[in-house]
Amino acid sequence: MDHDDVLGPLLMRESLDHCVKCTICETYCPVSNVTPLFPGPKYVGPQAERFRTADEPSPDASLDYCSSCGICTQVCPHGVHIAEINTQARAKLRQRTGFPLRDRIIARPTLAGRLGTPVAPLANWALANRPLRLLAEKLLGLHHRAPMPKFAGSTFQRWARKHASPAAARRVAFFHGCGANYYEPSLAKMTVALLEHNGVGVEIPKQGCCGLPLQSNGLFDDARKYVHKLAEALVPYARAGMDIVGTSTSCTLMLKREALEILGMEDDELLRTVSPRVYDISEYLLAMHDRGELDTDFRPVPETVTYHAPCQQQGHGIGKPALELMALVPELEVVESVASCCGVAGTYGLKREKYQIAMDVGVSLFEQVADTRSDEVVCDSETCRWQIEHATGVKSVHPVEILHRASGLG
Amino acid sequence: MRRYDAIVIGLGLAGLTAALRLAEGGARVLVLAKGVGATHLSSSTIDVLGYAPAAVERPREALPGFIAEHPDHPYARVGVDAIAEAIEWFKGRVDYSGSLEANLLLATAVGALRPSAVVPRSMAHGDLRGGGKLAAVGFATLKDFYPALFADSLRRAGVEARAITLELPPERRADANALAFARALDGAAYRDRLVEALAGQLGDAERVAFPAVLGYNAAPEVLEALEARLGRPVFEVPTLPPSVPGIRLHRTLLTALRRAGAAVRLNNVVVGAEGGERVESLRVRVGLREERVAASWVVLATGGFASGGLELDSRWQARETALGLPVSGAPAPGEPRFEPDYFAHHPFNAAGIAVDGELRPLDGSGRRVYENVLVAGATLAGSEPWKEKSGDGISLATGYAAAGLVLGAPAVAEARS
Repeated sequence: MDHDDVLGPLLMRESLDHCVKCTICETYCPVSNVTPLFPGPKYVGPQAERFRTADEPSPDASLDYCSSCGICTQVCPHGVHIAEINTQARAKLRQRTGFPLRDRIIARPTLAGRLGTPVAPLANWALANRPLRLLAEKLLGLHHRAPMPKFAGSTFQRWARKHASPAAARRVAFFHGCGANYYEPSLAKMTVALLEHNGVGVEIPKQGCCGLPLQSNGLFDDARKYVHKLAEALVPYARAGMDIVGTSTSCTLMLKREALEILGMEDDELLRTVSPRVYDISEYLLAMHDRGELDTDFRPVPETVTYHAPCQQQGHGIGKPALELMALVPELEVVESVASCCGVAGTYGLKREKYQIAMDVGVSLFEQVADTRSDEVVCDSETCRWQIEHATGVKSVHPVEILHRASGLG
Repeated sequence: MRRYDAIVIGLGLAGLTAALRLAEGGARVLVLAKGVGATHLSSSTIDVLGYAPAAVERPREALPGFIAEHPDHPYARVGVDAIAEAIEWFKGRVDYSGSLEANLLLATAVGALRPSAVVPRSMAHGDLRGGGKLAAVGFATLKDFYPALFADSLRRAGVEARAITLELPPERRADANALAFARALDGAAYRDRLVEALAGQLGDAERVAFPAVLGYNAAPEVLEALEARLGRPVFEVPTLPPSVPGIRLHRTLLTALRRAGAAVRLNNVVVGAEGGERVESLRVRVGLREERVAASWVVLATGGFASGGLELDSRWQARETALGLPVSGAPAPGEPRFEPDYFAHHPFNAAGIAVDGELRPLDGSGRRVYENVLVAGATLAGSEPWKEKSGDGISLATGYAAAGLVLGAPAVAEARS
């Protein structure tokens, strides 16, 4: 990795010197546009960062209201790593102010998954029970209306143990993430079926959490342990020359870039071996299509859908491959979302003090879904899908689900 | 590796223009940009030629003489007809008025008068060539527009102007910048409060000037509502960034670009090219990776020194950052680079990429560097846009011309037919 560009990790903090205070990040920040509690990425980022020295406390608490959506970094014309600087500064702020029990819990989806799966009917009932949710809000600060996924009851990993992928010249390792494992195993199964349908063999490594929720909540030490452990699980596949594809776009971004940049793990050899092999599933399928390897003999899907590219998907810097893939499906009317963010930003919108902000951020997306009378909303990130379903009542699916259907597999 | 008909590098006015014309023309276009371009920061007016060096009243008449005197200017490369065509093309896609025939005289936020050829409809009533009697309305919490200063400067220039300062901070905003006011004015409730606050204050003013905050998503509706309810023409005066009319222009062009089927990727930094006489592929830094993207044509529209398209190191060596093209016109070490007077001729200002009549980059001996690379916008050598008031015109005309050269090239023309 060379470091001659401002987008290199070693120059991340120093990138603030490239800030010319042009206000473009402020214009695009979805949070500061709906609440005065967050003064915007420029103030708490490149400006405040100059006052944050190693031995002194962070100058402002408003940093906590940054949702880590990353849009500021995406739009910056000068390559300043605004979101990354802010996420690091917030972790330092949290070390000083402390980590509430709530944040320690919601930052560990594997823990909740393992506890909830065996008692799924009971857990799902409890999550839908208003008095219990009000109690959880009071005791933990988890907003009683915040969107919660349903436990599937049986994990994808359990299914995977019995699944043998047919022999194929090209094989990939599937990084399905916690969301698909505990809540949406059907999405993971569709992904396997779609890849196999296109002649790709699928290995399903045992795997844990990528550490992103821990990182977002400022628990960097624990996040690093999770990332390292996940890299350990995936590295044999990378060493065998296999690409690693994932359906959770924020989790693949974590392995691609964020853990190296934000958690400063550039010295982790395992992660450095895994990271260059990681692809978002739509990115991977579109590359297959470019090589003529994708079966595009699609059946019509006579629907109107809104496609929302989540912030974390945009963080990949790969454009919107899902749009190009869905354009190949006959009779599918795809409306591109005008909104940059649905608001939830992983665990942000679950918190009592942030739930309403998250709902306000998503308004333009929710209105667009209603205005276009979309049959479904297509979105690459699970927490965003749950937020969109919660706010609009319209079913939200991953792009893979549309392609799976169009391929005649479902 | 994907192959596009054209890759446009940069998302400012030149890049947007080139990409949109290419995509509308049926080319498969990819736009690569580090971030959102400088259109966001601009006043959004299309200044074609304001000073040469005396104030220009009729740009179309003045341009041939200007080009003859400035043979290395980007306008000399594309010619007057292309400039005129570009403007007509642009006006077909945005809600602008004015023309190349005559410059309007608009007021800046400090009340100085500046010539501009084509302006957003919301600014057209601000043409002060014939003087006028106007009221300038500002907001106490909006730091970027002081109506008293604005009106005072205009009075010195012979325009009757009166200042009105209103309270009315928009709600739920930590920092009441122009964008916050624009979003507030999208809503009928805030507009009602504004109209009520102005009741009886406008007196005999023929026109009303506002900072450029008249609507973000609902700009045409806001202008119409205010003109109807105040009973007289209303116009916007551009302010410091965030420039609301600049953002509107960017969004209009970007929406058209997406509809025309172009792909746009942000945080994609072009760091080099592979190939010989032709660029075969670009090396692009995406996050921590370096990828290759192939295209038949490349339009370089990354901006000048201010936007990072050109860079100057501590030894005063200038470089073009994306493809490493030779920079022309940069004074050698030891030679004068800047003059003390701001409006003087600064030798460094004209530094940039020298091109031939088909916008191909040239090296020091005047030979084409690449056959399939075209350069547009502020990266080009030979102009002093701040003095000439020509920056937007250069970006628009060269972006438009670059797209035309690609669309007219035999290979692309064949693929389209």
